[in-house]
Amino acid sequence: MIRAEHIVKSFDGRVVLDDISVEFETGKTNLIIGRSGSGKTVLLKTLVGLHEPDSGDVWYDDVNFSRLDFRERKMIRKDIGMIFQGGALLDSSTVEENVKLPLDLFTSKSEREKLERVNFCLQRVRLDNANHLYPAELSGGMIKRVAIARAIVMNPRYLFCDEPNSGLDPQTSIVIDNLIREITKEYGITTIINTHDMNSVMEIGEKIVYIHEGHKWWEGTKEQILHADNRELNDFVFASAMAKRAKRVTE
Amino acid sequence: MLRIFGLIGRYFMLMGKVFSRPEKAAIYRRRIIYEMESLGINSIGLTAIISVFIGAVITLQMSINLDSPFIPQSLIGYATRETMILEFSSAVVALILAGKVGSSIASEIGTMRITEQIDALEIMGVNSASYLILPKIIASMLFFPLLTILSILIGVLGGWAIAAVTGIMIPADYVEGIHMDFKVYSIIYTLIKMVFFAYIITSISAFFGYYARGNSLEVGTASTRAVVVSCVVILFFDLVLTQILLI
Repeated sequence: MIRAEHIVKSFDGRVVLDDISVEFETGKTNLIIGRSGSGKTVLLKTLVGLHEPDSGDVWYDDVNFSRLDFRERKMIRKDIGMIFQGGALLDSSTVEENVKLPLDLFTSKSEREKLERVNFCLQRVRLDNANHLYPAELSGGMIKRVAIARAIVMNPRYLFCDEPNSGLDPQTSIVIDNLIREITKEYGITTIINTHDMNSVMEIGEKIVYIHEGHKWWEGTKEQILHADNRELNDFVFASAMAKRAKRVTE
Repeated sequence: MLRIFGLIGRYFMLMGKVFSRPEKAAIYRRRIIYEMESLGINSIGLTAIISVFIGAVITLQMSINLDSPFIPQSLIGYATRETMILEFSSAVVALILAGKVGSSIASEIGTMRITEQIDALEIMGVNSASYLILPKIIASMLFFPLLTILSILIGVLGGWAIAAVTGIMIPADYVEGIHMDFKVYSIIYTLIKMVFFAYIITSISAFFGYYARGNSLEVGTASTRAVVVSCVVILFFDLVLTQILLI
């Protein structure tokens, strides 16, 4: 479980997150949704400690992450996997080196054990024979899959995904969504996905948090979101034809 | 003025992170070797080309300006050697490397910053400053002095070649000159300078890259700033080190 308590974050006097409190549940795909510029990415980066909140706390289970120093955070970070919007693979390293890096730095496994683990993770994301390719040689979908493999290589307890479908075609987006959902269930991970893709919401959203202009506007399930009595949320949700169809079906 | 003090403060804070205990020494050793190739071996060609021409030009200019029956021609070889050792092969080569290596480091790290590669390392629990910058600093401090030695040798050879090709002076006099009054301390002095300059180039360029924000335009700006600031700091420390080591 990850819990944010009264998070406030501002940049140059502009408040981006205003008193956000929310709990993300273990073993579920928790989605943060909202328009571009609503503060989703800042919230996600605050949760993982890439941004320091001006006030408020972030809890990982029963540990107050915001109160830890760099060394103490390091211990929790080994339990965190993150998939960035652009993949964030190291350009100068091959697929294999990218996925193996956390193992190289933080484990005492033998080279053979590390390679076995890397190959297992790459097969898990259905990426064979790509070990020696560089990020520049991969397609957008492959980059996301390598990023997922790198994120799960250390068996994380918490998985963060920042717009995992951005820039992907609808078919590949579904593959990535399903992969994240499968991994979440398989390993009982607390997964938090940041997205504005309503297809993802309808496909894999279990708990959904809607952020609007830096405020938590709404939270609930994907069934509840179709019938929510909230104008801003409805404007956002029903901008998608798929969501309109889904509402008609449930009615 | 406050902004400059702020920048200096951030630079020293970054260096504090860079020189903190590395995660795993073996990984860093591998990265140092990679950086030696990337920053050092790939600079051999440029250093050699510039050194051979500068050596030749110094010899030509000396022989034109010292054209007197009262001045022995061997002094031209001596002057070429001393110029190469004392100033060109450390300070001028460092300025050239600040342009080539400095801009490359700033844009590489700056691009890693804006494409969230540095954030990805931080999330893994890696000290990104140390992981990315320390191997570059160590590799350049070890390899750039070798470029200085190479530059001296090639520059002196360039002077000899121009003497032999143009016949502007007798090559044997040139050779006699480069053997004249040789002080080993001059080599030590120039190598010490280059070690300092290597640190200045890599650390300042990495600093500007590491704190780049925004988009590719910002990376370009960071890269330009890195080169300009590195050059100014190199010139300043050239003066300071010469005062300390030679006078």
